[in-house]
Amino acid sequence: MRAWLPLFLRLCVLALLVAFLVSPQVFEPLLKPLTQNGAPAIYNQGSLLSLALQHLRTVAIATVAAIVVAVSLAILVTRPAGVEFLPLSRSLVNIGQTFPPVAVLALAVPAVGFGEKPTLIALFLYGLLPIFENALTGLTTTPANVVEAARGAGMTGWQRLLRVELPLSLPIILAGIRLSVVISLATATIGSTVAAKTLGEVIIAGLLSNNLAFVLQGGLIVAALAVLIYDALSALERMAARRMGQVSAE
Amino acid sequence: MIEIEHVTKRYGDVAVVDDVSMVIEPRTVTVIVGTSGSGKTTLLRMINRLVEPTSGTIRLDGVDNRTVPGPQLRRSIGYAIQGHGLFPHRTVAQNIATVPSLLGWDAGRIRARVDELLSLFQLDPAAFGARYPHELSGGQQQRVGVARALAAEPNVLLMDEPFGALDPIIRTKAQEDLLAIQRRFGTTIILVTHDMEEAVHLGDRIAVMDAGRLIQYAIPAEILARPANDFVETLVGASDRPFKLLSLGAVRDAVEPGEAEGAAIGDEATQRDALAELLWSGRAAMPVTDDEGRALGRVTVNGLVKRAARPA
Ligand SMILES: Nc1ncnc2c1ncn2[C@@H]1O[C@H](COP(=O)(O)OP(=O)(O)OP(=O)(O)O)[C@@H](O)[C@H]1O
Ligand SMILES: [Mg+2]
Repeated sequence: MRAWLPLFLRLCVLALLVAFLVSPQVFEPLLKPLTQNGAPAIYNQGSLLSLALQHLRTVAIATVAAIVVAVSLAILVTRPAGVEFLPLSRSLVNIGQTFPPVAVLALAVPAVGFGEKPTLIALFLYGLLPIFENALTGLTTTPANVVEAARGAGMTGWQRLLRVELPLSLPIILAGIRLSVVISLATATIGSTVAAKTLGEVIIAGLLSNNLAFVLQGGLIVAALAVLIYDALSALERMAARRMGQVSAE
Repeated sequence: MIEIEHVTKRYGDVAVVDDVSMVIEPRTVTVIVGTSGSGKTTLLRMINRLVEPTSGTIRLDGVDNRTVPGPQLRRSIGYAIQGHGLFPHRTVAQNIATVPSLLGWDAGRIRARVDELLSLFQLDPAAFGARYPHELSGGQQQRVGVARALAAEPNVLLMDEPFGALDPIIRTKAQEDLLAIQRRFGTTIILVTHDMEEAVHLGDRIAVMDAGRLIQYAIPAEILARPANDFVETLVGASDRPFKLLSLGAVRDAVEPGEAEGAAIGDEATQRDALAELLWSGRAAMPVTDDEGRALGRVTVNGLVKRAARPA
């Protein structure tokens, strides 16, 4: 019933987001009431579009690195030769998660300087855990009978991994990636405290000049991006799960 | 020829397969029966080295199976795993094509083989080839599992309860198809089942296992006539032993001269079917015809009853 409604709403959000990023001036009357003493209602210290793209770029690089490392690690510790490293890698990745991103930034700046680098490090460490945990769950819960059938057909270890275990774990790995991306999108804003070009700049500028309109538009853009990316990844995940006759976790 | 010599598999202190020796002749069907947990699957899986024996040797056509790399060995041996084990993320056609594509067959040959096997198992290639396993019934999944094991035309086929989920009609059909394939390609088949009826029907030889040990290994008539111990006797089912014995023989071999009234029976039918028909229709004798309808003589209740008695 009304299957088109959610899709329609998403398209609206996307359209609004693009419109706002391309020509924010159009929305000035809406935000004007939030400003005081004739302060500007639209962020004027740089292009919102390029900030949003920089923000996405930072998240994308950190996530891709986290995927590569987390999935490789999960593969390694689920092979017979790597099982003994399972507890160690689990605790390492857990430390990555419990360490507050702000602290990572503070520690990284002296080592790598200001800018995008410390933010990338923080996001990378923070994004590892959900992907690693899910990849581990996926790779350790493939039905034994199916993996045995693959052995019985004469697949080598690599062939089993690439043709059976990874494809079967795909939906759950995607779920981990989705979680990681959404966390990173929000966390990336604090990167602006160490001079990384992200949408956090807009929010911080708003806080410094007591301009509510800035804070709101920075927050809304990040939120809209998160919602849209979350949805797109969920759809991808459902598609992968449906092919396997698994009931998607809605 | 498959030579199993003093093979033992231990998990901890328990020998789940205990000093089993047997020789399986080429181009025959050997059926392994036994209670649950008696080590049937384990014995089967040591042949293609999915399980490594603790001690003992298994030779395939004289070659110790430990001298061949595992994956290569397993590509040359068909294996229908207990409970089908289809790949849920691959279509029926892709599932069946597993071993041929590992062996690097070209696409045209694989497609032809997949279609051939689907048709053989009463599954329309156009309708079923592109489906995923979860879109099939349990019985259809099982047939696809058997088709996958047969795909690369292996000389040796290991089947672990392949027909468990089939209804009696499809099951009988699948058994006939298997025997037809076996005769056509001269495949050596080792099949595990819980069903003594199936064992007697399919097996050139039957191996009875109990608690990891091979209790008796003989032709069906021998198992029925001279069970090695009480366990085998119980497994055989004392109450319908005579009927199982009759099911081993064709009417052709029980024909007597003479004539009889009423509907005739073909000489291909089993003696059990003939006796059942006689008892059911209340006759003492019935005519027998060959496949072209020529009269060959008759079978009688008295004659069949004598054949159902324990062989001397
Ligand atoms: N990997 C294993 N580790 C420990 N014990 C095992 C293992 N595999 C099988 N066993 C034990 O070995 C015994 C024989 O198992 P097997 O699977 O060969 O039985 P089966 O005769 O095929 O039974 P079923 O008819 O139920 O399939 C069982 O008691 C089982 O619990
Ligand atoms: Mg078994």
